[in-house]
Amino acid sequence: MRALLLRDLRLAVRSGGGFGLSLAFFLIVTVLIPFGVGPEPGVLARIAPGALWIGALLAVLLSLDRIFALDREDGTLDLLATAPIPLEAVAATKALAHWLTTGLPLALVAPGLGVLLNLAPAATGWLIGSLLLGTPALSVIGAFGAALTVGLKRGGLLMSLLVLPLYVPTLIFGALAVGRGGAGADAATPLMMLAGVSLGTVAVLPFATAAALRINLR
Amino acid sequence: MSLWEYANPVRFMALSGRVLPWLAWGAGLCIAAGLFWGFFLTPEDYRQGSTVKIIYLHVPAALVAINGWLAMLVASLIWLVRRHHVSALVARAAAPVGMVMTVIALATGAIWGQPMWGTWWAWDPRLTSFLILFLFYLGYIALWSAIEEPETAADLTGVLCLVGSVFAILSRYAVNFWNQGLHQGASLSLDAKENVADVFWWPLLVSMAGFVMLFLALVLARTRTEIRARRLHVLRLRERME
Amino acid sequence: MELSCRDLAVARGGWPLLSGVTFRVAPGRALILRGPNGSGKTTLLRTLAGLQPALSGRADPEPGMIAYHGHADGLKSTLTATENLRFWAELFGTSPDVRSALAAFGLERLADRAAAHMSAGQRRRLGLARLMVTGRPVWALDEPTVSLDTASVTRFASVLARHLDAGGAALIATHIDLGVPGEVLDVTAFRSAPPARGQGGAPDGFGNAADAEAFL
Repeated sequence: MRALLLRDLRLAVRSGGGFGLSLAFFLIVTVLIPFGVGPEPGVLARIAPGALWIGALLAVLLSLDRIFALDREDGTLDLLATAPIPLEAVAATKALAHWLTTGLPLALVAPGLGVLLNLAPAATGWLIGSLLLGTPALSVIGAFGAALTVGLKRGGLLMSLLVLPLYVPTLIFGALAVGRGGAGADAATPLMMLAGVSLGTVAVLPFATAAALRINLR
Repeated sequence: MSLWEYANPVRFMALSGRVLPWLAWGAGLCIAAGLFWGFFLTPEDYRQGSTVKIIYLHVPAALVAINGWLAMLVASLIWLVRRHHVSALVARAAAPVGMVMTVIALATGAIWGQPMWGTWWAWDPRLTSFLILFLFYLGYIALWSAIEEPETAADLTGVLCLVGSVFAILSRYAVNFWNQGLHQGASLSLDAKENVADVFWWPLLVSMAGFVMLFLALVLARTRTEIRARRLHVLRLRERME
Repeated sequence: MELSCRDLAVARGGWPLLSGVTFRVAPGRALILRGPNGSGKTTLLRTLAGLQPALSGRADPEPGMIAYHGHADGLKSTLTATENLRFWAELFGTSPDVRSALAAFGLERLADRAAAHMSAGQRRRLGLARLMVTGRPVWALDEPTVSLDTASVTRFASVLARHLDAGGAALIATHIDLGVPGEVLDVTAFRSAPPARGQGGAPDGFGNAADAEAFL
């Protein structure tokens, strides 16, 4: 499993691995928002928590197809399925690698982008915290969606359709934690809910992901 | 003779063929009676006026929309555990019916909400949950239609239905947490204090029975079509092998 | 390692393809699968390797003993030859004797080259070298000699012969005579007859006989 994790990380940072693309995407979405809603600081500050969360979520979504699709294309997935580690562990490891190369960097750059959207300074800590706690759920749910559509030629759009509704609870709790934190209200409750969602999905979804992979490999 | 005998397509076709006309007629009669009773023979609500009468469409559609997903969940589970093909086809057949019911519930809700709350749409928890349910139906149907190989499609949609159900419930709680809304509480639970009066309740019950029968009839008819289509597919394959 | 298989039935796309597949191969010998395209060689190999469930029947050894190599090589183009092999060695928990695996296929000079900059034949050789680092006794190979030149085929045949000598076994779908000791299995002999109408007991591909009866 360690070998798989290291390989996925290495592939992500090598040229063509797509590392950095999701960060750039996050930046561009954040820059576009003021063009859409206007530069007024009060408005931007109000929508900043939600806008940053949606931007991060879309950035995660765009990078999902590299979890399994490339391995399917070059035959690696067949070989992984016949390797001595269970497919559930493969699913969990690949989701972890995805989080380390996508969710974690997104959480770390988010405060910088928060400045662009005039995010309340008090909310910055909550933003990092909520993204750190919430993006694992996004990676695990996304891996499940990627596994469902791995057998399809152009599964990207369908995968978005399947994955985005599953992202609703994570988004709600995440954005709520940042919003409340910035306003000085009780942000601990949504943050704990968010942690609950992450823990629950991390515990359960790799099994569903492995089941979907097995079905697709037949 | 066990219940599972009906999982055999031949027995299913025979039984459903006999039941279907009764269900269809029952649905038509009940819906017609319930709507007529509700629209013309009940008094107007003292606060909501005549707008309340849309309840005879809105509530039954919402009921079927949710229970349609439940039916899909049960059918998917039966397919994944016992591998009865009819079960997978029932799940497939139920999805578009449930989705249309969700749309009806949303549309009638919007029409009702306009005079009552002064807006077509509000991000009220119940409305939002139904909108999310609609998205789940959409994804489920899209996955079915995207995969050519029938058994793979049945398996993957079954897994999606299980996972989706958990997330649907989770979303419901998340949405409640997110926004306390305008929507009136459940007014049909048996012990609620603020329940609808009996004069509204009886025609509503008839209409709900009609909608449930309509759902069953449509699902049966669609399943029969799916079985015939599958059979045609198999016959073609057989021809190619010979 | 003796290979045996009794009354195995395999399906492709839910449709029974081969049934009653039975064979027994003594240790140190290979089983060569023959048959025209689409006759079910790949499906049989994938079933034996545990990538898809069999409809019925049993096979020895279990998939955990089998190293599978399909049409694709399973190489990452941005990783070097050494990195690719070392990954599989670590995943299979074997001591990574990557150097000798590379040497066996004449790839020493390409050890630090990224797979993206290799020719199709070199990639195939690297993919086959992976079999050596898995440490598994049974190799299941699907058309292993595709895009290999004559010299490489000879090299592969000698690696295979050494593997068999060491007590290993191999299942190979190929049309080339590799010169290794083995039996030939013509898969067309096991083609499933299309089940007759109303014949419920036939291998059905529908999970259970009753469903098949109804659909046919």
